[in-house]
Amino acid sequence: MPINWIFKKSRNELEKGGRIPDAATQEEVEMTQTCPACGREVPLSEVWSNNFVCSCGHCFRMNARQRIDFLTDKDSFEELFGELYSTDVLDFPNYKEKLESICQSTGETEAVVCGTAKINGELCALFVMNPYFMMGSMGTVVGEKITRLFEYATESSLPVVGCTVSGGARMQEGILSLMQMAKTSGAVKRHSDAGNFYLVILTDPTTGGVTASFAMDGDIILAEPGATIGFAGARVIEQTVRKKLPAGFQKAEFLLSHGFIDKIVPRSEQKKVVSSLLELHHRRKRA
Amino acid sequence: MKTTAYDCVQMARSTKRPTGTEFIEKVFSDFIELHGDRRFADDPAIVGGIATMCGTPFTVIATEKGTNTKDRVYRNFGAPNPEGYRKALRLMKQAEKFRRPIVCFVDTSGAFCGIGAEERGQGQAIAENILEMMTLKTPILSIVIGEGGSGGALALAVADEVWMLENAVYSVISPEGCASILWKNSNKAAEAAQSLKLTAEDIYGLGVVERIIPEKGDIHKIFGRLGTDIYSWYRRYMEYTDEELLEARYQRFRKIGIEIDEKGLNK
Repeated sequence: MPINWIFKKSRNELEKGGRIPDAATQEEVEMTQTCPACGREVPLSEVWSNNFVCSCGHCFRMNARQRIDFLTDKDSFEELFGELYSTDVLDFPNYKEKLESICQSTGETEAVVCGTAKINGELCALFVMNPYFMMGSMGTVVGEKITRLFEYATESSLPVVGCTVSGGARMQEGILSLMQMAKTSGAVKRHSDAGNFYLVILTDPTTGGVTASFAMDGDIILAEPGATIGFAGARVIEQTVRKKLPAGFQKAEFLLSHGFIDKIVPRSEQKKVVSSLLELHHRRKRA
Repeated sequence: MKTTAYDCVQMARSTKRPTGTEFIEKVFSDFIELHGDRRFADDPAIVGGIATMCGTPFTVIATEKGTNTKDRVYRNFGAPNPEGYRKALRLMKQAEKFRRPIVCFVDTSGAFCGIGAEERGQGQAIAENILEMMTLKTPILSIVIGEGGSGGALALAVADEVWMLENAVYSVISPEGCASILWKNSNKAAEAAQSLKLTAEDIYGLGVVERIIPEKGDIHKIFGRLGTDIYSWYRRYMEYTDEELLEARYQRFRKIGIEIDEKGLNK
């Protein structure tokens, strides 16, 4: 077995699943991750210490736990609905096996983690999607957890902060996945109609059924620099219109210039911007 | 020979089926088409307006695939752009204001995947329809008459009841798309169609639609019966207060998902 094969495998597992180890081994410290933007081999130790951002500004993807650690105050996150897990409702080929292996490799039960947390002292309900769990796709359990989070936040008059990353609805759960778009939107609407604040941060990539539902429903919509955000996949569009797509198509900057997001916020400023916005939306009584 | 799921897909896509506008015109009377989203353009892939049934005005909306080659091109083969969804929402809000019930006929392979569609916010337009339809204070009925293609169909199907024609399909993704993503082979579409559980019978079994409309051989003969069914649906829903209507609509979608026990855990 070639040595670089072992190396590659362990590196992928580090990128995929894992949490930042408390004490990185010498071997891990020496590993690198290629930046897709500038091509530099970035040492993992640098990736971890710089909130998964390359010196060129490119934002690497983060798993849900990494993002929660980064965005929320230390030890403030309390998970909700973590006991729910997906089942192979439609008896879809290979889905059960896929779920099992992805649960094992990520240590998660689904593609979204929900709970309450403080961000610079501001209490909120929080959901964070996970790109390493079937590309953050939304099946029945992702829909259920997000719906419950909005219902919980409505009952407790809490703002919701959501970080989206998703390939869209999960096709292995068929029409039931599609219906989660309506189910989550119903809960978002009730939360909104009760006068509560919903802030969403779109991260790379946010597409398909998630874009076409709760990702675009925020009172304020932020995005990470360079994130791909859209409805249809670029390849599908290219095949449909048989044209080369313009440079920067479906990037956060493209959405900003077309008027679909409020602001692009680099990771280094996110915590501050989110907490300020939460503070500005404290419920006020009319004088 | 038993009809397969992929046979159903092909029947649903057949150009011999009546299109959305024909449903409006044959099921309702006095259709007046209303155009435009008041923001950008008029999308010919979605047709909407006011029509009557037994003297009662309804707001009616349909995706329209077109009836001949030229018309199909003009209608973008029934694949709406964002302005189509925005027109539909404008007409639905108008329906709410004047307390008209809404009937949508859905027949689309999906929202259009184009450069302009993305530039004008296809995802945002669909999201807004779904969000707003959840709390529109007037009864909504959606009928999938051919293809119910993913988010582009759902954007007209957040309703109090959803019905499907016997040979219609409703799916999160096209079988070809599914096969090409999962198995890198769009020739496995028939297999994907089977796995996706997209036939009217399957969708009904999953509790996603309330009724299957039998086609009994000739689909062109169903208009009269469909009219009677729609009218009695409307009479039933007229009795609801706004609160009852919205609560029932919320619960209709709320319950779709994994099986949950009384403690809120997986069954």
